[in-house]
Formats: sequence, C-alpha cells, structure tokens
Amino acid sequence: MSLRIVVTVKYVPDATGDRHFADDLTLDRDDVDGLLSELDEYAVEQALQISENSDDDVEITVLTVGPEDARDALRKALSMGADKAIHVEDDDLHGTDAIGTSLALAKAIEKAGYDLVISGMASTDGAAGIVPALVAERLGVPQVTLLSEVAVADGKVTGRRDGDTASEQLEAQLPAVVSVTDQSGEARYPSFKGIMAAKKKPVESWDLDDLDIEAEQVGLAGAWTKVASADERPARTAGTIVKDEGEGAKQLAEFLAGQKFICTSHVPVPRPNSL
Amino acid sequence: MAEVLIFVDHVDGAVRKPTLELLTLARRIGDPVAVALGNGAADTQAALAEHGAVKVLTHEAAEYADYLVVPKVDALQAAYEAVSPAAVLVPSSAEGKEIAARLALRIKSGVITDAVDLEVADGTLVATQSVFAASYTTKSTVMTGTPVITVKPNSAAVESAPAAGAVEALTVSFSEQATGTKVTSRTPRESTGRPDLTEAAIVVSGGRGVNGADNFAIIEALADSLGAAVGASRAAVDAGWYPHSNQVGQTGKSVSPQLYIASGISGAIQHRAGMQTSKTIVAINKDAEAPIFDLVDYGIVGDLFDVVPALTDEVKARKG
Repeated sequence: MSLRIVVTVKYVPDATGDRHFADDLTLDRDDVDGLLSELDEYAVEQALQISENSDDDVEITVLTVGPEDARDALRKALSMGADKAIHVEDDDLHGTDAIGTSLALAKAIEKAGYDLVISGMASTDGAAGIVPALVAERLGVPQVTLLSEVAVADGKVTGRRDGDTASEQLEAQLPAVVSVTDQSGEARYPSFKGIMAAKKKPVESWDLDDLDIEAEQVGLAGAWTKVASADERPARTAGTIVKDEGEGAKQLAEFLAGQKFICTSHVPVPRPNSL
Repeated sequence: MAEVLIFVDHVDGAVRKPTLELLTLARRIGDPVAVALGNGAADTQAALAEHGAVKVLTHEAAEYADYLVVPKVDALQAAYEAVSPAAVLVPSSAEGKEIAARLALRIKSGVITDAVDLEVADGTLVATQSVFAASYTTKSTVMTGTPVITVKPNSAAVESAPAAGAVEALTVSFSEQATGTKVTSRTPRESTGRPDLTEAAIVVSGGRGVNGADNFAIIEALADSLGAAVGASRAAVDAGWYPHSNQVGQTGKSVSPQLYIASGISGAIQHRAGMQTSKTIVAINKDAEAPIFDLVDYGIVGDLFDVVPALTDEVKARKG
C-alpha cells in the first residue's frame, strides 16, 4: 500500500512587514518579504506525522500556486521533510482570486495524483479559509476541515474539529481534503541535514497549459470578484495615555462611563448562542 | 422588490445574533428570505420575522447534524434555485464561509468573505472588508453571478423590523457528496455564562503580563462586571493559561466589539490582526513603549494587578 499526500502551501507577505496594495489593487509583492504561510507549516507537520505513524509507503508532495519567489515556500517545506514539490507558475495567474486558485490547485492535485490533500486552515494574508472547501468541492471528495487533531488509518481519515458551539469528531473515506489548525501540533524546524537534503529534492514547474486551464479562467481578468478600491486606514488619532499613580482605575472608569460602556441600559450584552 | 437569501445560524432553533445583524443589512438590498435548516428550524420563525424576514424556508433532516457542511450547501443551493435572489448572505463563521464558498462555486458566482459593511451603489452591491490586520479598508464587488457574501459579527446593529416571516417548507435533495464526512460524535462547548467572544459587545483580554492561569481570574472578574467576553493573546494561550477557543489574533479569532480592553498585552502584529477593528480600544500595560499604545483611545501605563481589580470595583460601584 502506498499513500500519496499533497500538501498545499502559500507564499505570503511577512505580516510583520508593511503590506501594501499595488496600482492594480493586488498585493504589492515588491514591497515586503515573502515566506511560507505560518499556518501551512502545520499542514506540512501533520503530513510528516502521518507518514511517520504509517506502515504504508507515504509520499509527500508540496504544491503551491504563486510567483517565482514562491519557490522559497516550497524549499522550506522540503527542508522540513516533504519528498518533492510542484510549483504552478504562470504570468496569467497574477491577481487570481480564491475561486481561481482552487481551480489551479484542484487541476494540479489531480495531475499529481493523491489520496489525501492537507492544507492550512487559512492563509495569513487573505485569511478567508475557504480554499480547502473549494478544492474539495472541485475534486468531489469529502472535506474534513479545521482539524485540531488528525489521523489516517485503514483508508480513512479521522479528526477533531473545534467549532464555536461544539467539538466534533469527523470521519471520511480517502481520498479526502483535510485542513488543520494551529492547534494540531507545533511545526518542526528544518534541521541542517533537512536543509541540505532539500536542495537535491525535485521541484517540478507547471504552467496553465500543463493543467489545461485557459488564461481567462484565472488572473485578475478572470476573477469573479473585483477589488474596486483599497484605502489605507487613517492612523488612529492619538489616544489619551495616563500613567497610573493610584488614580488610573478611577480615570479609566470615568472614560468608560463617558463612553456609556458602564451603564448597562446602553450596552446590549448578548447572551451566548441565543437571543 | 428583489429578494435576498440569508443563511440562518441557529442552535436548536435559537437564532444567533450575527444572523439578526444580517437581516438589517439585507433590508438595504431587498426583502430578506431566511433559510433555516436542521433541528429546530421552524422555531427560528419568530425571531426572524421580528427582525425583517418576509419568508422563512425551513428543512429538517438528520443529515445536517450527522454530516459536515455539504448537506447545508445542497439546501442553500435548493433555496437559491427556488428564489433566484439578488444576493446570498451568510454569517462569517468558519462553517458559514465554507458553505458560502461551495455554493458560490456551484452557482458560478463570486464570493466575498468577512465583509464588515454592505451598500448598494449604482445598482451594484459593494462589500467593505478590512484587510492586512486592518491596515487597509477595501471595497469589492462580485463580477460574475449572484453576490455570495459572508459578513462578520458586529458589522450591523440588530434592528426590530417586523415582517410576515411566512414559513415554507424547502424541498431538498441531497447530493452524492452530502454524506462524505460523517460527524461521529459531538461534544457541546461548555457554557461559561459569558457572551460568545466573536459576538460580544465588549471583550476584555489578557496577555503575557497576566503571568499565570490563576491570575486570569482578575481578567474574568473585570469582564463579568462589564458583561464582557474574555479573550487571550497567543502568548497567554501558548503558555497554557487560557483555552485556545478564546485566542484573539491572526491564528485565533478575529473580534470587532464596541469596546476592547487589552491587559498585559504588548500588541504584536499577530494580536493586532484580530482586534484592530474594535470601535474603542483601551490598554493597560506596565511598558509605556508597548506597541498596543499606538492603537488605543485610552491607555493606562501601570501594573495590571493594581489597575484591573480597582477598575472592576469602580465598574461595580458605578452600576450600583
């Protein structure tokens, strides 16, 4: 038996940098350094753990759709221990939205061959968290998403999903699409050996032709949504800052009362999960 | 008038607040038609009608509880086909976003997630989003198909606007994929008696400065005096002082309350990403240089172990 895992990863702008929009209202990638989305490191980690806990022969492929520099994200995942990588890269992909991204990912996953797809719960830039569900819809396989625990055995994936109102145990037959949260387990740091080994691992590059995708299905022009404007939020006007010399709590209470936060009749306080 | 489809988030018939907020926004676009699924679906009628639903489409089936997400997508699609709405609105919960995305793909429509406002401009529905840790405000439109938009909690006021709310049974045939992911068990989250973090009007959060799980009691006491939810920074959660379900930030929950009080939180970008759209921000921190002070409306440079309990007493005293 063998198990083919495809881990989808994203190359994102460093959130600690100054992120900006370019003139075409896409992300200005020249302005800030990119890296492997932190939330995708958890997906790579879970793939490695599934492999380590399996008696089967497991092959882990990391897949990204992104610009030339996105190769850095693949290298990071390879240095953590993934076996090989696929980079979907095409100038026509610039400005692709989540729907288009899910098309490119689904086509690439099918071409690569898979039993299990693992993704992070969301990217750290767009943060929508919808791509795993979209990929499952396109592939027509079960989505087992937002797992804080995941295991694979006997052709089934099981896991725990912690929702707003309940924690659920889930189960699906493979093939399936899984996404994991940052609670699934700390991601390992690449070892020196891992970093050296990664340099020799294969990275395939596919373009839209390789995936039978027409240019008009993706990119800015093919997006089903459009960003009409992006305005930098004005800096907050400087607030009042007081040093506590014994009167801090009283002064703060005064402020809160002035804003009507203390008088219960002005602040509707919702009860949990109900009216 | 055009109809607007609204996906109802409810627990056994009790409608959650973000759905009622959606009804306010939906009325700007047209007549709200609500879709309530699963156990207690019909019990949502009174609350939905009270807040403006002209129609409530209901369907009860075991599949909604027994399988993940897809049965709800099938039902929302059936409602979409029955109504031909001008827009579909879904609360921005994790599940809500997944349902919206899959529906959008099926009906060949663009999807926008985490909108914080909606308006109709020149006949086009425009969604406002807050992106890059709230450093930008964007306005987006759907170019293809019927706008499918998820809206964050606290994006609109809940308004009473009584409407007919006529209940109609929805006919749903489940797809082959509907039973793909089985829910083998479900443990309801234990209620703390406090408001839900993402829905709360006031959030009181603690961070590294709280310095221990037991010390969170003073954060909870302040929260209770204000009727607030309790949040925690990643540092506090990673240290095991507070549950991850209460984490505010990039990898936790994103909150947008009327008032956010950060205690012992420095304000790293990770945290700011989850709370920067709060209407009023207050911070209590010993370190006058903490970046959180760049965001505040009111800041106290001081020891939270002095200020927080004293503030709790002040709040209680003022409430009488």
